[in-house]
Amino acid sequence: MEFLVVQFLTGLASAASLFLVASGLSIIFGVTRIVNFAHGAFYMLGAYLAYTLTERLEGAFGFWGGLVLAGLAVAALGALLEIVLLRRIYRAPELFQLLATFGVTLMVQDLVVVIWGPEDLVGRRAPGLRGAVEVFGQMVPSYDLFLIALGPVVLGLLWLVFKRTRWGVLVRAATQDRDMVAALGVNQKWLFTSVFALGVFLAGLGGALQIPRDAVSHAMDLRVIVEVFVVVVIGGLGSVFGAFVAAIVVSELNAFGILVMPKISLVLVFLVMAAVLVVRPWGLFGKPEGPARQAPGVSIRPWRPFSPGERIAVAAGVALAALLPLVAGDYALTVGSEIIIFALFAASLHFLMTVGGLASFGHAAYFGLGAYGAAFAAKAAGLPMEAALLAGPLLGLAGAALFGWFCVRLSGVYFAMLTLAFAQITWSVAFQWVEVTGGDNGILGVWPSPWAAGPRGFYWLALAVSAAGIAALRVLVFSPFGYGLRATRDSVLRAEAIGIDRGRVQWTAFVIAGTFAGVAGALFAFLKGSVFPENLAIPTSVDGLVMVLLGGIETVSGAVVGALVYKALAIWLMSQTELSKLVLGAVIVVLVVAFPKGIVGSVEELRARRNRSEPNGAAFGAAKMEAAE
Amino acid sequence: MTTGATTTTGMKLSVSGLNSYYGPAHILFDVGLEVGAGEVVALLGRNGAGKSTTFRSIVGLVAERRGRILFEGEDVSALPTHEIVRRGLGYVPEDRRIFTELTVEENFLVGRQPPRAGAPTWTPEKLYALFPNLGEMRSRLGGRMSGGEQQMLTIGRTLMGNPSLVLLDEPSEGLAPKIVEQMADAILAMKREGLSIVLSEQNLHFARLISDRAYIIEKGRIRFSGSMAELEANPEVRDAYLAV
Ligand SMILES: Nc1ncnc2c1ncn2[C@@H]1O[C@H](COP(=O)(O)OP(=O)(O)OP(=O)(O)O)[C@@H](O)[C@H]1O
Ligand SMILES: [Mg+2]
Repeated sequence: MEFLVVQFLTGLASAASLFLVASGLSIIFGVTRIVNFAHGAFYMLGAYLAYTLTERLEGAFGFWGGLVLAGLAVAALGALLEIVLLRRIYRAPELFQLLATFGVTLMVQDLVVVIWGPEDLVGRRAPGLRGAVEVFGQMVPSYDLFLIALGPVVLGLLWLVFKRTRWGVLVRAATQDRDMVAALGVNQKWLFTSVFALGVFLAGLGGALQIPRDAVSHAMDLRVIVEVFVVVVIGGLGSVFGAFVAAIVVSELNAFGILVMPKISLVLVFLVMAAVLVVRPWGLFGKPEGPARQAPGVSIRPWRPFSPGERIAVAAGVALAALLPLVAGDYALTVGSEIIIFALFAASLHFLMTVGGLASFGHAAYFGLGAYGAAFAAKAAGLPMEAALLAGPLLGLAGAALFGWFCVRLSGVYFAMLTLAFAQITWSVAFQWVEVTGGDNGILGVWPSPWAAGPRGFYWLALAVSAAGIAALRVLVFSPFGYGLRATRDSVLRAEAIGIDRGRVQWTAFVIAGTFAGVAGALFAFLKGSVFPENLAIPTSVDGLVMVLLGGIETVSGAVVGALVYKALAIWLMSQTELSKLVLGAVIVVLVVAFPKGIVGSVEELRARRNRSEPNGAAFGAAKMEAAE
Repeated sequence: MTTGATTTTGMKLSVSGLNSYYGPAHILFDVGLEVGAGEVVALLGRNGAGKSTTFRSIVGLVAERRGRILFEGEDVSALPTHEIVRRGLGYVPEDRRIFTELTVEENFLVGRQPPRAGAPTWTPEKLYALFPNLGEMRSRLGGRMSGGEQQMLTIGRTLMGNPSLVLLDEPSEGLAPKIVEQMADAILAMKREGLSIVLSEQNLHFARLISDRAYIIEKGRIRFSGSMAELEANPEVRDAYLAV
């Protein structure tokens, strides 16, 4: 009993930081409508800066001052980011905003390692709070008690700011109608910047407050952002009080989950989140969002199947690819196989995202499940490769069916956050459940059948399977199901009015996309001969998103082109520089800001412009159309 | 027009050659209008004639617009909305757009700007005197108010910015006759404070109670301009361009 009380207190202490970070995310979203993926990065920067500052500054004053200073410094960085980057993309689709802020996250990850090194850092203990207090005969760290008190204090302060200051009232007004606030003479730009700075300050402070409890590491950003997403999904995006309650719920579930199911404690959080979503899709204290401003994939230029000429060109391209083993060496073929497998992965995500308008931030889950499924089938069940390639994707299918059922209840940013959270839960199961998955060590020795064991044989296998998969997805796009799916993307209301069951159609699309991702994953397992948790981690999901974006999100075949270019570029980059994340992050940011139509999108635009008799008039019309949005 | 500069001097607001677009659709065609200091001018026109678009264009809420907009002699057409408004050009939107989650007092607080030389200064107390209904519900949420009360709130909110000129978009729309009378009284009181006012209306009834002059807009073009007396004397203009 006493032990449970102590465990409860530990949970409350963890909730404080989580609440700070989550409330910051919520406040920013409320006004700017941006889900700031970089929030975890700011949290991490807050911790690192606090580590350095508290090492340099002497005494109790130096310690506490250092924490606050770290928060302020991070807030200044946040303001800079807002001014330089976010102001350019406030009107962009949500997906782009998420991606851009994720690009920043990637850059920060490398920068942090450059500045502070790869080792975990253990910070100073809080002066005056080094000891422990006895509660029911158990020792509770005094610092935990301080954090427990801090949570409600911050909640109260935020409440005061929003209720009692003009700035707070302006923020609440802008949360409802930002254009009207401007029409009353308020400079939105600075309002947005200051809101962003406050939200980021809370994240930085949340990170800084962690240093007496936890080592500072360069992986803490993604860990916290996933928890924060879970918190805001449960509490309701935009609600500070919701963030407070949900932070406690999630932290307590973690604290007790460790006791009940030490290996898969996150599953408990998942169950609660799922229950909340079923009862209140917008979270406990959130308000239903309107439909997404603009679903990805909507294009002014109508899609059409390949013309006979194009069909011949594509067939020729595949044939040419099939001839590659005659000229290329083993290494090139292995790289080629990987690129081809990722083309299928990207195509499956494209199907969900561009055709279905559902931007998943956790598509790697189904890729990874397919890989693990194949590995289980080959290693545990002892099936040959051919059977394992069929069995593996079934795990991806099952995962997509389960998670998709919840995800398609949401749309827009909620959908993105939820898919990410599910993927991360899958990852943590793979990571924690060592007996079954091998944990960090993965599953090794997943070898292909002899005929496909050489780089040549496997290349042909990968090419055949991927080409068939991509072709099947393309056929689906132009099938009645594909048209129905696009109808739900373009207008839920109208689609439902003509008798389309939106939930069912989108769920089916989710399962299809997950299954094809699983096929790619199963191939990947045999290509590498092994499976690791990183196969279903966030970076893999984002790789897929970037491929689709790079190729051209509004196009039908962009995903394949994007995958080819991106994967080749990434493999090359990896061999050239230590700072591949920094470069990649920068590429993503530039892509989103300067090149949002992608490769195929730009090519199509050029072609369309050339085909038109009066190119300038057409371009003018399109430009004005965008301005009106 | 070479005489434009001389005729516009002394005008509070002078708009000329205003063309506006929503995407590919051309909505306003060379709209021009002028408002003298302390004047109440009506912009009349049927549904969809372009009244709201004119107002939204003046305060910079329509992204695609061309033309000259002189406010107190200075061209404001290149400024962002909030800077136009801060010069004392207040705007009251037709759909009211009050902040439903904020109380009456907080709605006023959002609109508050520093006092301005040459324009009447408003305080919440003065507004409660102008709109007594609001005085009885200072801490009520905007979302819990009747249509008439919301209309008063949205006007009061704009007045808190101490404008010297206000664009009032259909202030009588959807109000009960008794409230319409109150509204007319309030607008006359605003005029007595020295405010210049442009109000848009679909029919003459309300406008004739308070306006000095009128413009008639139809399909994005100004079709008539003159005093209220001239308009009264021209029933064929009225019948051609206005709802009965
Ligand atoms: N956001 C918009 N996008 C495209 N067209 C618009 C938009 N808003 C208005 N319009 C069109 O512009 C024209 C003028 O509309 P406006 O709202 O200015 O008319 P109005 O005179 O204010 O009408 P009402 O009396 O109904 O308020 C109409 O044809 C309308 O359909
Ligand atoms: Mg109107």
